[in-house]
Amino acid sequence: MNLLTVIVLLPLAGFLLNGLLGRRLGRTFVSVVGCGLPVLAFLATVKAVLLLQAAGPDAALLEVAYRWASFGAQGFDVAFYFDRLTAVMTLIITGVGSLIHVYSTGYMKDDPSYARYFAYLNLFLFFMLTLVLGRSLLVCFVGWEGVGLASYLLIGFWFEDPAKAAAGKKAFITNRVGDAGFLLGLFLLYWALGTVNMDEINAAFAAPVAPAVSASLVGVLLFIGATGKSAQIPLHVWLPDAMAGPTPVSALIHAATMVTAGVYLVARLHGIYEHAPEASQVVAVIGVLTAFFAATIALVQTDIKKVLAYSTVSQLGLMFLALGVGAYGVAVFHVYTHAFFKACLFLGAGSVIHALGGEQDIRKMGGLWRKIPVTFFTFAIATAAIAGIPPLAGFFSKDEILWFALASEHGGSPILWVLGSATSLMTSFYMFRLLWLTFLTPSRMSHDTEHHVHESPLSMTGVLIVLAVLSAIGGFFELPHFLEPLLPMPAVLESLEHYEHTFVFVAVAVALLGLAAATFMYRRGLARGEALAARFPRLHRVLGGKYYIDELFEAVLYRPLHWISDRVFLGLGDRLLIDGSLHGLAALTRRASGRLSRVQTGQLQWYVAMAVVGVVGCLVWVWRHG
Amino acid sequence: MNPASITRLDLVLATPEMFLLAATCVILLGDLFLRDRDRWITFVLSLLTLAGVGWITAATGFTERTVGWHGTYVADPLSTLLKIVACGAVAVAFLYGHGYLQERRILKGEYYVLGLFALLGVMVLASANSLVTLYLGVELLALSLYALVAFNRDSGVAAEAAIKYFVLGSIASGALLYGMSILYGVTGSLELGVISNAALQMPAGQIGLLFGLAFIVVGVAFKFGAVPFHAWVPDVYHGAPTPVTLFLAAAPKLGSFALAFRLLAEGLGAVHATGWQDMITMVAVLSIIVGNVVAIAQTNIKRMLAYSTISHVGFILLGILAGTSQGYAAALYYTITYVIMSVGGFGMIILLSRKGFEADSLEDFKGLNARSPWFAAVMLMLMFSMAGVPPFVGFWAKLVVIQAVLDIGSLWLAILAVALSVVGAYYYLRVVKLMYFDEPTDKAALQGGGGAMRFVLSLNGLAVLALGLYPGLLLALCARVIP
Repeated sequence: MNLLTVIVLLPLAGFLLNGLLGRRLGRTFVSVVGCGLPVLAFLATVKAVLLLQAAGPDAALLEVAYRWASFGAQGFDVAFYFDRLTAVMTLIITGVGSLIHVYSTGYMKDDPSYARYFAYLNLFLFFMLTLVLGRSLLVCFVGWEGVGLASYLLIGFWFEDPAKAAAGKKAFITNRVGDAGFLLGLFLLYWALGTVNMDEINAAFAAPVAPAVSASLVGVLLFIGATGKSAQIPLHVWLPDAMAGPTPVSALIHAATMVTAGVYLVARLHGIYEHAPEASQVVAVIGVLTAFFAATIALVQTDIKKVLAYSTVSQLGLMFLALGVGAYGVAVFHVYTHAFFKACLFLGAGSVIHALGGEQDIRKMGGLWRKIPVTFFTFAIATAAIAGIPPLAGFFSKDEILWFALASEHGGSPILWVLGSATSLMTSFYMFRLLWLTFLTPSRMSHDTEHHVHESPLSMTGVLIVLAVLSAIGGFFELPHFLEPLLPMPAVLESLEHYEHTFVFVAVAVALLGLAAATFMYRRGLARGEALAARFPRLHRVLGGKYYIDELFEAVLYRPLHWISDRVFLGLGDRLLIDGSLHGLAALTRRASGRLSRVQTGQLQWYVAMAVVGVVGCLVWVWRHG
Repeated sequence: MNPASITRLDLVLATPEMFLLAATCVILLGDLFLRDRDRWITFVLSLLTLAGVGWITAATGFTERTVGWHGTYVADPLSTLLKIVACGAVAVAFLYGHGYLQERRILKGEYYVLGLFALLGVMVLASANSLVTLYLGVELLALSLYALVAFNRDSGVAAEAAIKYFVLGSIASGALLYGMSILYGVTGSLELGVISNAALQMPAGQIGLLFGLAFIVVGVAFKFGAVPFHAWVPDVYHGAPTPVTLFLAAAPKLGSFALAFRLLAEGLGAVHATGWQDMITMVAVLSIIVGNVVAIAQTNIKRMLAYSTISHVGFILLGILAGTSQGYAAALYYTITYVIMSVGGFGMIILLSRKGFEADSLEDFKGLNARSPWFAAVMLMLMFSMAGVPPFVGFWAKLVVIQAVLDIGSLWLAILAVALSVVGAYYYLRVVKLMYFDEPTDKAALQGGGGAMRFVLSLNGLAVLALGLYPGLLLALCARVIP
């Protein structure tokens, strides 16, 4: 049975059913199809994992769905490849995906475009599964573009609001920049190796004879693709704006799955990066800088979803830090724990927003824990998890990242560790700040809002509880060890070998320090925080303005580009040269067409005369060649 | 030929044709006794006959090349494929045409009987292994088609078209026959295999052989409707009733391909490079240019599709002129996909028409999307496919043909083909633009076509997409049947 193909096609069937029939057949149908098919896909994945486990630690399932195109002896297959790395990603996508679909039935209950929403969400799952299951980079790229499309559609889901439609466009266009890098890397690999199958690419770079292409060049190009999809500096600007979409979308696409596609890509092609120290260094440095700067911005955000968005950017940075120092399994470990606690946080935020009738400003919240206790407890567990409080999930993965940032032989350094730990400190601080201001401090809500606050329905709280449990215990599953047959761990510097436990204590201390600082600052409300901001007005403005990256892009990229596009390309190139010549050609063709069609007079004699000309032409040819 | 020497194998070889002939005669006689309102019986019997022929062809299908009837008749995978596709094309044509004819009270038994005889001609062509058999097939096909074009007696346009078709077709037959007789004189045989061997023995540039060849090329080009022997195509496509045009555009093209392949590749393959390649190249190039350029000026969609046919024929000839088995396979693939697309295209015209209104003007497609989004989408797929836009099947057809031309090193032909495909895209996309961006003049929902026709037409459109998404199957089949 074609199990892998079935996994991929189930959500596609959901998209087609909901997209074509959903509006006619009503909400129950949409809910059953929209949630049922992802759940089936999850069950199929579990089945596939069991098969894989029976086959041994470094085995892989391979399934050729069909031959897409063939060029002479070469051909491109649509093939699905399922090893342990794919297994982890697929379980996250279908598992967390199914949960978020269920949550959405509650969250989107009153939306008039209910069917369209589930159709898009299913479409997203289809493309995401294509991305991670595709054996060749080409199939992966189809998924890569497809999730971009689904993300665009869902960010701009409420397209009546021009700001939201614009956010969708911004995400799409920013991703395009990264895609250019992905494509160049893909072409270069195909040109040099003659294959785009990722297992074969890894094998080619591990072979004793090095391929005739610079691993670092390919690595950097593909990493540019990853920076787009995974919102790393300087292409991170789209992700905070992407919060314009419905909150479950933010949880699924912009926290748990799609944005980790870049991490997956680098981990999948670790064969290249193992032989590309320069590219790995770039990955580590960009990663840690993204983590650090995004965390500083998150310190001052006041929109509940924006805090979480910058936190996502920051956590993705930590994942790339792990990739950059060769700890591929650890990066995937963090993808896995992050999927649980970040999804839980976003869905919790959704529940808060739902309860408050659309309010997202944390300065206008407070004291919610009594009113929506389930949301509060799950949110608190996820917050502790992301902050790295043991023994919750985030603690394990983050601790390992920091350890390898310092001690890996594959590019670990004290600077990376210091920046990473500072990020960790800030993470703990801003997350507990969020927790205090939203749930624990005395209420700052208007009386009217406060009156309407209500706990969310079971479809939402149930999902929150499941995710909170997973955030709590998920870390006990030793994922890096599970992945080790595929993604070997880097060696540790000898001088540091015996200090691993010491650094665990340091990491815990850092997390607790963040917790303490946040408690001190925000226990009573906003006053102390505002006082601090008033003391450092310039710093606060810079952070609040997100380092003015958007404005910088506008000034140095957008305006000059716009000018060049408008004057040079449009005015001179397009209008004058291309349009001029093409319109000229078109006019010529049309005139020729008119003339030639007059040959068709309708007179039989004339037709025969034409044929005679043809016969004479053939005979002349015979005469000359005979 | 002594009839007593007919073997059992000979009979098996020609079972589909014999069954078709017998069944057609039965229908012809039975139809005499039917009243007009019982004419559907003829229709159903014709479809059953087609199903039977298709089944027998598949069941007796020879996997090896088998020659019988004293070397005049051959059954091989190629003939099996061509016959089955032809049966399918004729069945679809009958199905699309039925409602049209009924509505206009011209539903006569002749339409089906002539159509079945034409199919018999195509099948004889597909299995021909001697000049006589080929000629028999050509005439059987052509005579049936002349009559079909004229079968609506009350239409002056149709009568004019038929007379033109008849005169020009006769000249073509004459040229073909003249070329064949010279070939017989030079090689001393009517059998294609013997002719092939004889041609191999001859020195290059043997003037007698080339002289005969010139007339054979003229005859083949005439039957295909390639420039400059194309003049009958627009007038006949325009003048004939739309179901007949639909018929003309489908199965006979398979016959033309069989004629070209049996004569030029199997019979005269030896003089490919020194003989017919240059002539076919000129004809192909002219067809692609004239077809695509002149189609732009047309306002009648049947005429537009006629010129589009001429350009498609140019592409088919591109594959043939390559002279490699890859090229022949590409030409065969192109022919089959063309048949699928053109059947759909003319089917759409029938769907839009109704009694007293032919829907054969481009304007009639205005705003189709507002009237029927689904059939606008079907037409969109057909037009995109004809223009060669991926992922539709027409893209792959153009791709393999151009690849075949590139493999023999004719870069300029490939560039020309691509450039004129772009010109061609203009008039196909104009139909799309009319359907989607213009206001309909007639806002009523579509009435034409029964449930069966609508269903098959939908499948027709989806087939263009499905074959484009999954091109490997048909491509491999075409490559396998060409030896």
